[in-house]
Amino acid sequence: MSEIIKLSSPSDFESLREKIIKGRDPNRTAVAVCSGPGCLAYASGKVFKRFEEALSAAGLEGEVTLAQTGCHGFCERGPSVVILPDEICYLRVSPEDVNEIVETTLKNGAVVERLLYKGEDGLPIQKESDIPFYKYQQKVVFGDNKRIDPRSIEDYIARGGYTALVKAITTMTPEAVIAEVKDSGLRGRGGGGFPAGAKWEATAKPPADTRYVIVNADEGDPGAYMDRGILEGNPHSVIEGLMIGGYAIGANEGYIYVRQEYPLAIDNVLYALDVLRELGLLGENILGTGFSFDIIVHKGAGAFVSGESSALMSAIEGRVGEPRPKYIRTSISGLRGKPSCLNNVETWANVPLIINKGANWFKSIGTEGSKGTKIFSLVGNVKNTGLVEVPMGMTLRQIIFDIGGGIRDDKEFKAVQTGGPSGGVIPEEMLDLHVDYDELYSAGSMMGSGGMIVMDKDTCMVNVAKYFLEFLSDESCGKCVPCRDGIDQLLEVLRRMTAGTARPDDLDLIEDISVMMKECALCGLGQSAPNPVLSSIKYFKDEYVAHINDKSCPGGVCKALIAYTIDVEKCIGCGKCMKVCPVNAISGDKKKPHKVNNALCVKCDSCYQECPSKVQAVTKIRQADVITAFATSEEAANE
Amino acid sequence: MLGRLAAVDKIIEAHGSDREGLIQILLDIQREFRWLPKEILEHVSKRLDVPINYIYNLTTFYAHFSLVPKGRHSMHVCMGTACHVRGAERLLDRTSQVLGIKPGQTSRDEKFSLDTVNCLGACALGPVMIADDEYLSNPTLEDIRRKADSCE
Repeated sequence: MSEIIKLSSPSDFESLREKIIKGRDPNRTAVAVCSGPGCLAYASGKVFKRFEEALSAAGLEGEVTLAQTGCHGFCERGPSVVILPDEICYLRVSPEDVNEIVETTLKNGAVVERLLYKGEDGLPIQKESDIPFYKYQQKVVFGDNKRIDPRSIEDYIARGGYTALVKAITTMTPEAVIAEVKDSGLRGRGGGGFPAGAKWEATAKPPADTRYVIVNADEGDPGAYMDRGILEGNPHSVIEGLMIGGYAIGANEGYIYVRQEYPLAIDNVLYALDVLRELGLLGENILGTGFSFDIIVHKGAGAFVSGESSALMSAIEGRVGEPRPKYIRTSISGLRGKPSCLNNVETWANVPLIINKGANWFKSIGTEGSKGTKIFSLVGNVKNTGLVEVPMGMTLRQIIFDIGGGIRDDKEFKAVQTGGPSGGVIPEEMLDLHVDYDELYSAGSMMGSGGMIVMDKDTCMVNVAKYFLEFLSDESCGKCVPCRDGIDQLLEVLRRMTAGTARPDDLDLIEDISVMMKECALCGLGQSAPNPVLSSIKYFKDEYVAHINDKSCPGGVCKALIAYTIDVEKCIGCGKCMKVCPVNAISGDKKKPHKVNNALCVKCDSCYQECPSKVQAVTKIRQADVITAFATSEEAANE
Repeated sequence: MLGRLAAVDKIIEAHGSDREGLIQILLDIQREFRWLPKEILEHVSKRLDVPINYIYNLTTFYAHFSLVPKGRHSMHVCMGTACHVRGAERLLDRTSQVLGIKPGQTSRDEKFSLDTVNCLGACALGPVMIADDEYLSNPTLEDIRRKADSCE
């Protein structure tokens, strides 16, 4: 903000809003350089710097707005640069491309064709919303990211920001706000899908002198970064939602619990809070309405289990973030023993939209039991990795194939994992499943916070299940025995399977342990921990059987069960595998078939990946077969 | 040592000596020193009037805290699910091989630390690692060696 005038009434806010909108030309050219985590990793920071220099060299600083915005979503093709208002979308932009963009597009109004997305027909697509990745999305929560500089409250206000807050605190009673949220059918976006309105009501009800509202931004699911995308790119939307919640519930203090691994999100939120305090939109007697509210940011020090509501509240109190039994819910006795309402980042970000556009609008999106949109992090072996926002009820097939573009390297699809370490895998025959809370749950998985990990045929389902258990074994707080020991026992069984030492009754053992954990574990982490294993047994039992009986890994992943060999018929002797082998286990003359010495091989997979896809001479066989081969050749030598 | 304690006092003052601020204080100390030395924790224990075992309970519970020195250069390999299905385990093996240390360890000369993280949010680049501030997308053994050699 250039000059801060403290707002002391709703009309003060209205005149500020009018002033901001009046001062803006909707046709002004703006350059939005994506600075989401994916694009930053692709050096979008340098692209932004180069734009600053190039615009000033061209004398365009006064005419063009330049912003480092939050995630646009299409991480696969980052860094992404969108030129507004025409939405010209440039992908994979390198610092070297910037001068050309400034010269061609900003100065002369033409497009740089080589930086555009090329459709399947090979023709370039100019407008962002016409690119298939974006075309099928419905960006309600995430859509403003490219139009908002996260450091500019003016940008947010110009897009209608804080009008929902003003509407709520000046024209609605707290009860009416709760009723609206309840009516909208909004369910928690963090995983469980508990109705938000009911939670708010339960927190507002018990008599108490203090109540708290809390944002859960301890996004710990491996492979999910939606909340990060919102908090970094549009922090005000979350803050506004939290404030509305505070007003409705009767809380004067809000907390944002954000993991310290998200420094940019923390900085942007802290900056936003400072500006709000200076403006008088946060603090005592906001806009003279008598509503007082402030927000404190608490950095999480890294514990997956602390995302559980009672654990998170313990962590805010400066204690170990362990869950407690919830005979009494946190809505009655939460932070410091006071009624507390915890919702996920995305849930809060939906609130201003519901207040502004109404519950009926929100209900018009989605399915019978799941309303609104959901942001997913579509990752893994999919062509178009990124953050996607779709209406509830879209099928997995549409998300993975229409938006995601299908499987990387055109391999075969095997499964998609949703719900993170509490969720499960869904096989190909269920790709037409409509994505909502209830359908995913009945398929043995869950919505979770929105991780959607696509797996191709070279994925081992036993290995993936083992991966999640290893994660959970690290992250279990250890307070209750069913979780602490149950996870380790399950892991032990899976380690046996992947090592080729499984016992015939191991599948039954998994079943027994899982039932015990689901029944007895203290919190959601332990109760849902068997899900990744159980769902993969449900749909991929043959892979488990192969590991147990045949000592083979159909996905070709489990090191102890596989060995590498070179097909003499196919090998062209290009020497690529030999060059890449770290232990010199491959030998052979140029243009003659090469050979793998299995005694030296460390199974790093480098040769398999390096072998040209047209040749595919490096193949994986059963380890058991190698030993036989050795024995025979030794026997032969002895004879 | 006195200089270090003065820096710690400054951090404590910024957060207040209430027990609730303890995690935030420890986070700042970790950022300042890259790890949590024993004498500093003892100092915090005195200043906040919190038993030292309470502090150890916290520091061993939360993954971010380290009770051993960290190297001047940090290598973090992402173990998120997206990276996992794209070969994160093999990337970790390669990195471990180049640095000669296992995940969680610091090299004897305190030059390198190798750690795993659960998700870097850069899934499009997976399998991915961060070497200091630089993201490396599926680096080969040679790439990692080159990066390690370029570190002072």
